Amino acid sequence: MDLKTTYLGLKLRTPLVPAASPLSEEIDGIKQMEDAGASAVVLYSLFEEQLRQDRAELDHHLEHGTESFAEALTYFPEPKEFRLGPEEYLKHIAKAKQAVRIPVIASLNGSSTGGWTEYAKAIQQAGADALELNIYYIPTDMDLNSAQIEQTYLDILKAVKSVVTIPVAVKLSPFFTNFANMAKRLDEAGANGLVLFNRFYQPDIDLEALEVKPNILLSTPMAMRVPLRWIALLCGKVRPSLAATSGVHRATDVLKMLMAGADITMLCSALLRHGVRQIGVIERDLSAWMEEHEYESVAQLKGSLSQKNCPDPSAFERAQYMRAISQYAAANSN
Amino acid sequence: MSKTTQRFTKMNKTYTTIDGNEAVAYVAYRCNEVMGIYPITPSSNMGEWCDQWASEGVKNLWGTIPSVVEMQSEAGAAGAVHGALQTGALTCTFTASQGLLLKVPNMLKIAGELTPTVFHITARTLATHALSIFGDHSDVMLARTTGFALLSSASVQEAMDFALIAQEATLESRIPFLHFFDGFRTSHEVSKIELVDEDVIRQMINEDCVIAHRQRAMNPDRPVLRGTAQNPDVFFQAREACNPFYAKCAGITAQVMDKFAAITGRQYKLFQYEGDPSAERVLVIMGSGGETAAETVDYLNERGAKVGVLKVRLYRPFSVKSFVEALPASVKAIAVLDRTKESGALGEPLYLDVVTALNECLASGQCKLQRMPKVVGGRYGLSSKDLTPAMVKAVFDNLQAASPKNHFTVGIEDDVSHISLECDPEFSTESDKVVRALFYGLGSDGTVGANKNSIKIIGENTDNYAQGYFVYDSKKAGAVTISHLRFGPKPIRSIYLVSKANFVACHQPIFLDRYDMLKDLVPGGTFLLNTQHGPNEIWDQLPRPVQEGMIKKKVKFYVIDAIDVARATGMGARINTIMQTCFFALSGVLPREEAIEQIKYTIKKTYGRKGEEVVKKNIAAVDQTLANMFEVKVPAQVSSKKELPPPFTADAPKEIAETLGAIYGNRGESLRVSAFSPDGTFPTGTARYEKRNLALEIPVWDEKTCIQCAKCAVICPHACIRIKAYDAKCLQGAPATFKSTEARSPEWKGLKWTLQVAPEDCTGCCLCVEVCPAKNKTEAKLKAINMRPQPPIRLTERENYSFFLELPEFDRRKLKVGQLRQQQVMEPLFEYSGACAGCGETPYLKLLTQLFGDRIVAGNATGCSSIYGGNLPTTPYAKNKQGRGPTWNNSLFEDCAEFGLGFRVSIDKQKEFGCELLRKLAPKLGDSFADSIINAIQTDEAGIYDQRERVAALKEKLAGDTSSEAKMLLAIADNLVRRSVWIIGGDGWAYDIGYGGLDHVLASGRDVNVLVLDTEVYSNTGGQCSKSTPRGAVAKFAAGGKPLRKKDLGLIAMGYGSVYVASVAMGAKDEHTLKAFLEAESYPGPSIIIAYSHCIAHGIDLDRGAGAKQQRLAVDSGQWLLYRFDPRRADAGENPLQLDSSAAKTKVQDYLLSENRFKMLTKSKPEDAKRFFAQAQGDAERRYAYYQYLAGLKPKTGNGAPTQPTAAATVADHP
Repeated sequence: MDLKTTYLGLKLRTPLVPAASPLSEEIDGIKQMEDAGASAVVLYSLFEEQLRQDRAELDHHLEHGTESFAEALTYFPEPKEFRLGPEEYLKHIAKAKQAVRIPVIASLNGSSTGGWTEYAKAIQQAGADALELNIYYIPTDMDLNSAQIEQTYLDILKAVKSVVTIPVAVKLSPFFTNFANMAKRLDEAGANGLVLFNRFYQPDIDLEALEVKPNILLSTPMAMRVPLRWIALLCGKVRPSLAATSGVHRATDVLKMLMAGADITMLCSALLRHGVRQIGVIERDLSAWMEEHEYESVAQLKGSLSQKNCPDPSAFERAQYMRAISQYAAANSN
Repeated sequence: MSKTTQRFTKMNKTYTTIDGNEAVAYVAYRCNEVMGIYPITPSSNMGEWCDQWASEGVKNLWGTIPSVVEMQSEAGAAGAVHGALQTGALTCTFTASQGLLLKVPNMLKIAGELTPTVFHITARTLATHALSIFGDHSDVMLARTTGFALLSSASVQEAMDFALIAQEATLESRIPFLHFFDGFRTSHEVSKIELVDEDVIRQMINEDCVIAHRQRAMNPDRPVLRGTAQNPDVFFQAREACNPFYAKCAGITAQVMDKFAAITGRQYKLFQYEGDPSAERVLVIMGSGGETAAETVDYLNERGAKVGVLKVRLYRPFSVKSFVEALPASVKAIAVLDRTKESGALGEPLYLDVVTALNECLASGQCKLQRMPKVVGGRYGLSSKDLTPAMVKAVFDNLQAASPKNHFTVGIEDDVSHISLECDPEFSTESDKVVRALFYGLGSDGTVGANKNSIKIIGENTDNYAQGYFVYDSKKAGAVTISHLRFGPKPIRSIYLVSKANFVACHQPIFLDRYDMLKDLVPGGTFLLNTQHGPNEIWDQLPRPVQEGMIKKKVKFYVIDAIDVARATGMGARINTIMQTCFFALSGVLPREEAIEQIKYTIKKTYGRKGEEVVKKNIAAVDQTLANMFEVKVPAQVSSKKELPPPFTADAPKEIAETLGAIYGNRGESLRVSAFSPDGTFPTGTARYEKRNLALEIPVWDEKTCIQCAKCAVICPHACIRIKAYDAKCLQGAPATFKSTEARSPEWKGLKWTLQVAPEDCTGCCLCVEVCPAKNKTEAKLKAINMRPQPPIRLTERENYSFFLELPEFDRRKLKVGQLRQQQVMEPLFEYSGACAGCGETPYLKLLTQLFGDRIVAGNATGCSSIYGGNLPTTPYAKNKQGRGPTWNNSLFEDCAEFGLGFRVSIDKQKEFGCELLRKLAPKLGDSFADSIINAIQTDEAGIYDQRERVAALKEKLAGDTSSEAKMLLAIADNLVRRSVWIIGGDGWAYDIGYGGLDHVLASGRDVNVLVLDTEVYSNTGGQCSKSTPRGAVAKFAAGGKPLRKKDLGLIAMGYGSVYVASVAMGAKDEHTLKAFLEAESYPGPSIIIAYSHCIAHGIDLDRGAGAKQQRLAVDSGQWLLYRFDPRRADAGENPLQLDSSAAKTKVQDYLLSENRFKMLTKSKPEDAKRFFAQAQGDAERRYAYYQYLAGLKPKTGNGAPTQPTAAATVADHP
């Protein structure tokens, strides 16, 4: 079975790519992914904010309580050098590149314009095959309008594109007034790929402790519906590669995403839940289904049910939603 | 070199700005292969530098990285050093004070075997009537009979130079050297000096001698025997065989000094004379005082005096010839100053040596002196007491008297023995060319760090020499620092505090009420104040004496709102950079623009490692400063009516206010000898008189939300949250804002209940708020106790607290002490200590004193708990209304367990004797009365109460009886009431230096209670690794992270089977702690409680209430286990071990990454961190499994049947 696909210009053996997750924190983990059949790997994210936080914290703790008491003028030895920048991450990229043959896509989660470009350059130098920008924050400033927010995304992308030559994908949330327009503008700004969609920490309330506790839940297949729709809507209408992420757990999910128009599907919760060998299971099931249904290649089915190619394009749009509701209500009233 | 210490070269000389410890360590590290280390103030830094350099891979002169080994004590370090030397390694060590004493036995051996080594000693006071961490020569003088050569350096420059001279001299002579310099004064003074670089060291060290040392090493290829036992027939002769080596040592040292001079141009002599060549009066002195003496001699000679000073460099072996040669032939009178006290001696050691040397020389007939000069001896400078030019002058003046005082003291006013010399406080030798500055800061505001930077800036960028010395107070929270800085065109020889300052800066406005900062400012000098008041408002805010001082001295007055600038630039409470910028702008030491540029350059150099943001905010602070600094025109008239408040509260007894109060008010120097008891005794309960008002915010109780669980009270480190339950009628006369509610305990139905905060003693650590489990139902961010700004409620809460303290104490006999919510009404007899805000140790001590304080006899190992427990001016140990409370003493660091055992044996003996006397006197006293005392059951509060009543009655009965037995019984009758003996110390003591004694005491079967305040490092000396330090933690002496797991002290103690053992963490489970304390105390044999104590040295947000959360994390991750092992359970057929921790809920790494001590390793050595963290997880899992296994074993019946493991035990892995 020909499972080949192209993502960000990278030729991949299959459309199965592990998404950024803690599973890629160890080189062994990346090797295991390759062994299990991953066609590329997105590394865990470099969080610029985390680095800044770490630096501030270290400074605070090394200073705290010093030069106050004659017997204990400091409380810690201070090595000549700290590795407080992205060095560890960059080393990790280099090591990953040496350890596996599949393309290695780095992931960058920044918070300042300076950070985005500086780290992007370093990531390219470290040997990453591509870069995924994970741009997400929750705007809570009431004076910030949507145009300003959208412009920030474009500015970041342009800034990064201006300093690197490797392909750049943007991982986004679906929360835009008109995502189609956003996708178009990201395309114009030079995005090589769109990764749809990010999943985030969401607040929860602990009733016993009376505390708000943000946590992240592993996705269920239900979560694929949002990216499925948008991939189907965008397929063939924008130039960047499309990666589907969220809710891809089984071969059938992969098939649906590919048919909607995804170039690759990204796996995360499925691997966290079942281990990286799940990649092999999905690949086997994918081939089996395709064989059974007499498909020859991924290329053949890719986008076959996108909005452009599906029998009922309106199915991806609002009218469909209304109808579903009314049918449901009717069914219930019987 | 340290991170910020840079060398720079000018006119072919390489300069550096450095402190004495680093200067010495720099040389020692390069000349040695092995260092045996152990922390002790003020020498710890030398070992820390060596450990750090080794972890960074810095190589010695021969290109190898030295092995730095921390031992369990100084005695252990000396043993290891002895062994390393005997097997041929170039080896050295560092220590001070009691540490040197512990090394003495090995020093005798090392010298007896003619082994070259250098022990670098920061000379420090030996503990006598009190401990002191500061400098004098009492330790070195006690080691003078070891056979070591004693070489004294007097300044930072000399400390570095002599470290090398000693190294070469020992190699050449085979006599081991003790190189000493004054603790703190030289070890901690930052000074611009010429660097001894590696080329110099290489030229100085004779490699043939190194090879000869190796050839003498123990080597099985050419075996020898040393360390024999010898008998009367030969020991004496054999002991004398070393004499030729000692005879040559002084000559060799002089040659080495000459060689050093040839290379560096700095010429030293065994005895160095400075002054008029035809001086008639000469001072003989050793150590840093020699520099001040030399400065004074110059000053006096310029004004026509004929005086000189002879500085002793090589004190042992004492070369009579060199000594007399160095003296001017004209000398008629000599004063010998010793920095030590030898009670009962003819005189102090240097004085006796000088007298003997002169006598011997004159007797030989070959002396250049015609007749014996008049020689007097005196003491100065004990415990870093300054030796000022005024004192030196007083010593010379004394020599001019017809009959000079001999065996005098100088620097104090002795109104008891009347032997002190009078000094003229106005006498000063300070040069106009020297800029002298004083800075009053708080530890937390970064003043000292900024001043250290200023010294480097000036030292490295101008031709000026620079000196910095820093004075700290004895509190850990809210510590005041005073920086003494000098800058001048010549090397600075003023080795004493600045008292004629051109510039005084007050970095915290609260000091205006506490210190007379203008007293040391010269007329026309500059005074800089950090204040929130603007230039137009500030004058009227100043206290009257400050206004008066300013007008009188025609002060140039400047203000800045540094807090505001710091806030605006993201600096938080660190006003260091801002105040530093002001200093440079006002002092004119450097042109303003250049100074600013240099500050910025230094900021980049100092903070660059910590990331761009830290640099940016500091630079921003510099940029914002000058626009916010204003000159204030000092009016001609005083307008203020505000007087300075007395240091202590008005209720302090007069004698306490006049002594301890003076110390607290920074006027301790003025106290005379008669102010002190001759045996080191002080009253307890004095911390209550100092109201430090440290907290900007304090907790405020919300009685409507409170569930009366008492968790906030038990965790409060400073006993500032108090609870009382009382009859409603007591509320009569309560202040209007006094809060009260119905008591919730069913037994207390109808009683009122109040939780009251001590507003002026609280340090604002937030621990109480952090642990409060009750949340406001409409606004969940609020709890039953919430932080609120202190100033607006200070006065009302002060009144409320006074009222609260007068409410009656609950009858202890009626309390359910096992329930925290009831127990916490017990009065704490440990309050308001100077421990860090948020301290993890003091809540345990407070609980201890609530439970048993009125009958505690406490022995405290040296460490944090002895410092906040017993450092002057005040003590937190307190008394109840009956006058009872803990009686406390600190013997040493190493012997606390033995000290405590002594209490027990003594008390038990006296009780036994008391019972014997009672039996003898029973016919007089009444048989049943005597029996009731002898057989009293004192296992609870009621039993103890009754026994106290009986003993009181007994005393009454005995009062008129003049028989020997009655008098004797009266003297010991108090021992008939059960005493609770507590042995308190940290992990450094329990796991390391005191472990041998602790083990013995645990094995003794005696009824003592041991409380180990386990912070997992030597907290008091700045966080050095102990055997309690967990794997992966970065600590001093473990700069690369501790590679091995923590010692399991509890498991070892359980091995005896007869010891009560508990491992507790109050922040994780307070009721468990309470239970363990009660069980331990009630157990009639030895008990040990190992108490997890979060600490500032863990790198946590201690002052934001993080401690309890960290304890919970430690327990939840399995890193810290909660358990109790009670031998009484075994007697009752139960398993003695109860594992009170449940299985881990989180990963160990989650806990580790929440503390800087672990997390920083991920930033310095990430690979090691990863490995250690994974191993730490394994450690925790295996340990839990093993404890689970032990706790699951079915107890043996003693009938010989094999042990049956329970189901839990069978599945557990045995490690």
